[in-house]
Amino acid sequence: MVELVIFSLLNGLVTGLLLFMLSSGLTLIFSMMGVLNFAHASFYMLGAYFAYTISTYVGFWPGLIVAPLLVGLAGALVERYGLRHVHRHGHVAELIFTFGLAFLIEEIVQFFWGKATKDYSAPELLQFPLFTLYGQNFPAYKAFMILISVGIFIGLFTVLSRTRVGLIIQAAITHPHTVSNLGHNVPLVFMGVFGVGSALAGLAGVIAGPALGTFPGMAFVLGSIVFVVIVVGGLGSLPGAFVASLLIGWLQTFAIALDWSVSDLLDILGISFDSEHVLRDLWTLSLPQVAPILPYILLVLILIFRPRGLMGKRET
Amino acid sequence: MSATETGSAATGKSGDRTGAEPAWKRVADDQMRRGAFRRTLPVWGAAFVVLMIMPLLFSSAVGVTIMNQMGISIVFALSYNMLLGQGGMLSFGHAVYFGLGGFLSVHVMNYVEYDGWWLPLPLLPFVGGLFGLAFAVPIGSFSTRRAGTVFAMISLGVGELVAACSIIFVAFFGGEEGVSGDRTMGPPVFGSEFLSEVEVYYLIAGIVLVAALFMYLFSRTPAGRMANAVRDNEERAEFVGYSQRYVRFVSFCASGFFAGMAGGLFAINYEILTEENLNLVTSGWVLLMAFIGGVGFFVGPIVGAIVLTLLQTVLSNHTELWQLYVGILFVLTVMYAPRGLTGLVAMHGPALRTGRLGILARAYGAAVVPLLAFLAGVVLLLEMGNVANQSVVGESEAHVFGLTLDVSTVAPWLVALALAAGGGYALVRLAPRLRDAFARATGQAGAAS
Repeated sequence: MVELVIFSLLNGLVTGLLLFMLSSGLTLIFSMMGVLNFAHASFYMLGAYFAYTISTYVGFWPGLIVAPLLVGLAGALVERYGLRHVHRHGHVAELIFTFGLAFLIEEIVQFFWGKATKDYSAPELLQFPLFTLYGQNFPAYKAFMILISVGIFIGLFTVLSRTRVGLIIQAAITHPHTVSNLGHNVPLVFMGVFGVGSALAGLAGVIAGPALGTFPGMAFVLGSIVFVVIVVGGLGSLPGAFVASLLIGWLQTFAIALDWSVSDLLDILGISFDSEHVLRDLWTLSLPQVAPILPYILLVLILIFRPRGLMGKRET
Repeated sequence: MSATETGSAATGKSGDRTGAEPAWKRVADDQMRRGAFRRTLPVWGAAFVVLMIMPLLFSSAVGVTIMNQMGISIVFALSYNMLLGQGGMLSFGHAVYFGLGGFLSVHVMNYVEYDGWWLPLPLLPFVGGLFGLAFAVPIGSFSTRRAGTVFAMISLGVGELVAACSIIFVAFFGGEEGVSGDRTMGPPVFGSEFLSEVEVYYLIAGIVLVAALFMYLFSRTPAGRMANAVRDNEERAEFVGYSQRYVRFVSFCASGFFAGMAGGLFAINYEILTEENLNLVTSGWVLLMAFIGGVGFFVGPIVGAIVLTLLQTVLSNHTELWQLYVGILFVLTVMYAPRGLTGLVAMHGPALRTGRLGILARAYGAAVVPLLAFLAGVVLLLEMGNVANQSVVGESEAHVFGLTLDVSTVAPWLVALALAAGGGYALVRLAPRLRDAFARATGQAGAAS
């Protein structure tokens, strides 16, 4: 039981921090531009694929730097030539645009890299168990993922709260017109934030590709969970996104690890049931089975009972 | 039309907070004025005639299959547009009502077969619709609180939730293989047991007509008109004395009903439903159909359903890149033609009325060849690129437009590149003349958008 809890805590931390790398960019973009970027997870996927291609030529480490930069550039171009063009039609049109973009990027990835999972693996330098506990290994690569994510978190926090650029960004979130009147180029700030947000997603893809697999559906798998994270955390709130990322990371890993089912509960209560009953699926429901839907249940509950999210300041 | 546009311009200022009214939202209101329904009667008559003679024109088995699929898509896309086009609610989970209506219809079909329930098949879509409604009521009760982004998020969450449930509850959803039934076991209707595809076609055609008519009539009821008002400016609608939430709720429930009907039609046509029918892919597909067709028009989703079903069934036989083309089409529509294909056609209305379509025809005529060259070049490049990227070593033949091209040689690439570049360049050169011709034909300066 103890090792179960420890490993679930660690794995949940890895998932949660990964989610945070995506959700931090998404929530920043949302709070500035009011756009929920449906294609955010697609940039994550692009990051993994770019890094894969780079790694086949020059190895893993250059890809760690170059791929996020390329993805950031792609994001900035999308903002400049796509989103800004659609902006005048309102937020719903922007949401539809990013949805179409997500659809298109998945097709483009299949065009260039095919449908099969790519053999993108962790560098050999990190392919060893960091420590062994109760006979289970904890891979060094996961520790590396934690390290990178925490580094990004600290870096982001420092930039936003300590630098001039960060102050302008924070001001542009709440008062874009005032910032513009003070002589700052707000569209440029928007483009920059969109680019940096995409680059963060790309970096998440680079480090998640070897661990979670690099395949055309990877954006789809993570995309809606990231939405859940930023809504649960409170739209536009970075600390909220952080808390919600970890919460959902742990929620999922613990649900998979703990094999409890409704029938166990019924056994304890001394209730028996007919195995041919119409509701038989309900009786035998177990936690690992419902693990994929827990985030969405949380989302719906939050939207009903606390629409501004855990730490959001405004009602969504 | 002009009346709506002035209205939107006036409310544009408050748009920052309540969401600006984009051009694609404006409904072509010519046809919606009081007493205008009688004027649309010939259109409904023509639709009836067309639906009746279609199987005579396209009598092949493939043709009938495609038309059946179109009919289902038309009802589904129209029901989606009750949310997006008429109510301003962007849903990413509309397949939930379609799928659940369909699943329950198959179950009812099985009850008819095994438990001797009495239900003529033409009534089954209405049963599916009631089930769609039954799910739309509880979900709509909390999701219609707000429109815009929040509604989109809730619909996505609910959509994912139901899709995930469909894998867990095997007894109801049948797991991976889905639930299947047999439509022929009900009491015969006019001597028909719906054994053949054509009989099913006439059933679907009838339901499509009835459903479309009712959806059109709904858009003209006070509930439908208030849905437009709430879409355009929810604050003003509240000042008139309507609860924006309740207005959206009514539209949402009606939309769920018709989506369930489409699901019932799907159950009749395919006799099987799987998890795919209610997941996010289907929800996205209906958004594509409605938007590419044009959400600002009642006929928009019909056009979209027909075009995309054709792409899905015909184009997919010729190229494995068809989804890439659909994606490109969708993104281009969102960026450059936000009122959809119907909007592109409707744009020429003023020119038609003033009899100045001839000016445009000449300009378009000059652009046809460069456009075709450009498209052919791009398609050739994509198809050859696909072969060069994906195929096994040694295989280097691309089959495009009935041609067989060897992608390992340079010549086809050069030709394709020349076509794309030459066509593209000519189009760019022609663009000012097109814009000028359009402005002259419609009698207004700078009306190119």
